[in-house]
Amino acid sequence: MSTATLEPRVHAPRNYLNADYGWKSWLFTLDHKRIALLYMVSVSFFFIVGGSFAVLMRIHLTEPQGALVQPETYNKLFTLHGVVMIFFFLIPSIPAVLGNFLVPLMVGARDLAFPKLNLLSWYIYIVGGLFTLYSAIAGGVDTGWTFYTPYSSTYSNTQVTAVAIGVFITGFSSILTGLNFIVTIHKMRAPGLTWFRMPLFLWAMYATSIIMVLGTPVLAITLFLLALEHLFHVGIFSPALGGDPLLFQHLFWFYSHPAVYIMILPAMGVVSEIIACFSRKRIFGYKIVAFSSVAIAVLGFLVWGHHMFVTGQSVYAGLIFSMLSFLVAIPSAIKVFNWTSTLYKGSISYEAPMLYALGFIGLFTMGGLTGLFLASLATDVHLNGTYFIVAHFHYIMVGGAVMGYLGGIHFWWPKISGRLYPNLWAGIAAVIIFIGFNLTFFPQFILGYLGMPRRYAFYPAEFQVLNVMSSAGATVLGVGYLIPLVYLIWSMRYGPIADANPWGATGLEWTTSSPPPTENFAEIPVVTEEAYAYGPVEGIGD
Amino acid sequence: MAHQFEDLDQQHEADTLGIWLFLVTEIMFFGGVFAAYAIYRWLYFAAFAGGSHILDIKLGAANTIVLLGSSLTMVLAVRSAQVGNRRALILFLVATMILGGVFLGVKAYEYNQKFVEHVVPSLDWAPEGEALKLLAPGGLDHAQLYFFFYFAMTGLHAIHMIIGMGLLLWLVLRARKDDFTPHYFAPVEVVGLYWHFVDIVWIFLFPLLYLIGGRY
Amino acid sequence: MSQPIVPQKTYLLVFLCLIGLTVLTTGVAFIDLGPFNTVAALAIAFCKMLLVILFFMGVRYSSGLVRVIVVAAFFWFALLVAFTMSDYHTRSWTPAPDAWSTTAPPTHP
Repeated sequence: MSTATLEPRVHAPRNYLNADYGWKSWLFTLDHKRIALLYMVSVSFFFIVGGSFAVLMRIHLTEPQGALVQPETYNKLFTLHGVVMIFFFLIPSIPAVLGNFLVPLMVGARDLAFPKLNLLSWYIYIVGGLFTLYSAIAGGVDTGWTFYTPYSSTYSNTQVTAVAIGVFITGFSSILTGLNFIVTIHKMRAPGLTWFRMPLFLWAMYATSIIMVLGTPVLAITLFLLALEHLFHVGIFSPALGGDPLLFQHLFWFYSHPAVYIMILPAMGVVSEIIACFSRKRIFGYKIVAFSSVAIAVLGFLVWGHHMFVTGQSVYAGLIFSMLSFLVAIPSAIKVFNWTSTLYKGSISYEAPMLYALGFIGLFTMGGLTGLFLASLATDVHLNGTYFIVAHFHYIMVGGAVMGYLGGIHFWWPKISGRLYPNLWAGIAAVIIFIGFNLTFFPQFILGYLGMPRRYAFYPAEFQVLNVMSSAGATVLGVGYLIPLVYLIWSMRYGPIADANPWGATGLEWTTSSPPPTENFAEIPVVTEEAYAYGPVEGIGD
Repeated sequence: MAHQFEDLDQQHEADTLGIWLFLVTEIMFFGGVFAAYAIYRWLYFAAFAGGSHILDIKLGAANTIVLLGSSLTMVLAVRSAQVGNRRALILFLVATMILGGVFLGVKAYEYNQKFVEHVVPSLDWAPEGEALKLLAPGGLDHAQLYFFFYFAMTGLHAIHMIIGMGLLLWLVLRARKDDFTPHYFAPVEVVGLYWHFVDIVWIFLFPLLYLIGGRY
Repeated sequence: MSQPIVPQKTYLLVFLCLIGLTVLTTGVAFIDLGPFNTVAALAIAFCKMLLVILFFMGVRYSSGLVRVIVVAAFFWFALLVAFTMSDYHTRSWTPAPDAWSTTAPPTHP
């Protein structure tokens, strides 16, 4: 186990962190592990930016007439909260931080297939982020992160073009990351690492990358056409020339629905790794879980019309999209069943990563089930445009994806930093986050059902109690997020030194030192075991 | 050979897979605007046909052949690299650039013609005379939609061609430095695949923009 | 590496086919085939694309993985067009009222 010292070791063995010093060695690095850390710092920054917008919104919503800002400003707040959180936090978070760090290690390679493209993807991300920050400072955008036309293209006088450019640029970061992962997983697996011996995290990253490559370009062209229309005051999305605003929505959601699977699939991959390790059991139904990741990626492209049930889409198209939306819930449900089956008769321990994974299962299930009400045409008519939707996607994005990200950070932190964090504080933070999260977003299900519209700067007085409850929860949630920031940074200098495999987990990344050397492995490993070879345990009908 | 690979074969396979995946993103990128085009063409066929008749079909057909020719010289360039013929490689790369330049020059002329005829959406939209006679039956507003697509699609295509020309120049400079051997010419292959893709986009743009509804 | 060296004559022949198809599609545009003009133009373009993909881009000799990727890309593009088109095609199936209804709406209890 780990050495019980609080002193930073004077002569640490050579690893990727101390291999070289100076800002140039970081900003011009080609090491996937350093690039992962560059991303980690950047996405954390954008999480704070996006979170700040949320804080302002929740303060504002404590009063029915609005407590803080003008309605026009409120519109800008929820728009930028969405844009920043989705494009600059959620989409890159697990793939660009954990994926970049772990994919080469998990396949047993020395780096990704294209290290220079990897670094380029980070620079592209930063440039896109700066564009978006500029647009926020130069007046912001008030169209909602969905940029619906003709408001965004014709009537809004906010920084639509600047944000469109910022997101357009950032899309290429996503594309390059996905491209890199697909090639690495296809071509650079270590000897003996067949597809069905890969950890499920790799299957999740592979499926995610497919979505990134196939979907993001459509967002790019849509934003390009939107920017043209905004700049030249003529285009294809406004009725002035015979255009159809709904066409924008078709093109936009063709990417943006699969995008939510970009956000959740990696978290599911993380959860598979954590559940297996802290149950000391292989994942029940490994192949089914692997295929379900790919199924989600494919089916996820066939359901985008469920965002347009009430905006003018044909009812018959709506029927098809509704049916397919029910279908896409199945692979996700399969995963939940398989995780719970893994837990059954497992040797369970409740370290911080496991708390996040268990929280994920519960909260993701709630978010997913509420999606069924939205997939059903009739109930969606009532619930669309209300806080029910807001609660639904926050349960999945925050209760799911963010918990998955935090769980992954906590699980692989010893590998990334070579240090352990205090498990007590980690557990406390996880519980505070769980409580704060539910306090924030569960009232919003009720609010939505009762009819409170989303994206409104004011609301009927009878909704105040629930809104205040939600804002109180947001405060608790914010505190919960700050705590890991403190102890993780603290651990980098004062945490106990971690050995190669403090959790006793399976997987190639745990066979090398913590932190790993720059070249990952002294010798390329040869794989002879199945994934999650945690030893003989009885399971269900093995 | 880059350090993350075990051997040159693995690197070459990875490079090939990488460029094809990038072309997938390009297919979906152009695919979005092609999809939008398909919707509006179906909705406003008469306007699209009218707009298409304003275009110079002979020039478009000739330009198509020029671009196809550049694809021929490009693949011959790759082949020259494959057999280690440095002089032929450089010659064919330069020929590709020349043909690409001709294509872009013709497009520039065509764009200018649109200004002359006042059929540029937003910037110079005032069709008159012959142009007005062709566009009026389908509705002038919908015709403006057609020309929006004309400029957006051929413009995007032209941007990709310009980038391609830059890549070709880079290849010529590297080839002159003897960077390529029969065992290592992946950059030439990769740029070749990109160039052919841009050609394929034009293979569809020509009939979809120039040949709508026939000219009988 | 794995790609065989294709004779220059083959490339030249493919190029001549491409020219021929271009001339063909231009010529067909001057004949009135009604809706089949579009079909013919797309079919010819498709053939030209196949020639470029198989011969110029070397997919004729490519691995199965590359072929799957090429097919998948076009399939995904087709999905985008088909599903979006299905919305526009079926909108008219639900008749929209010509004017607002003049009867009073149901009152809530």
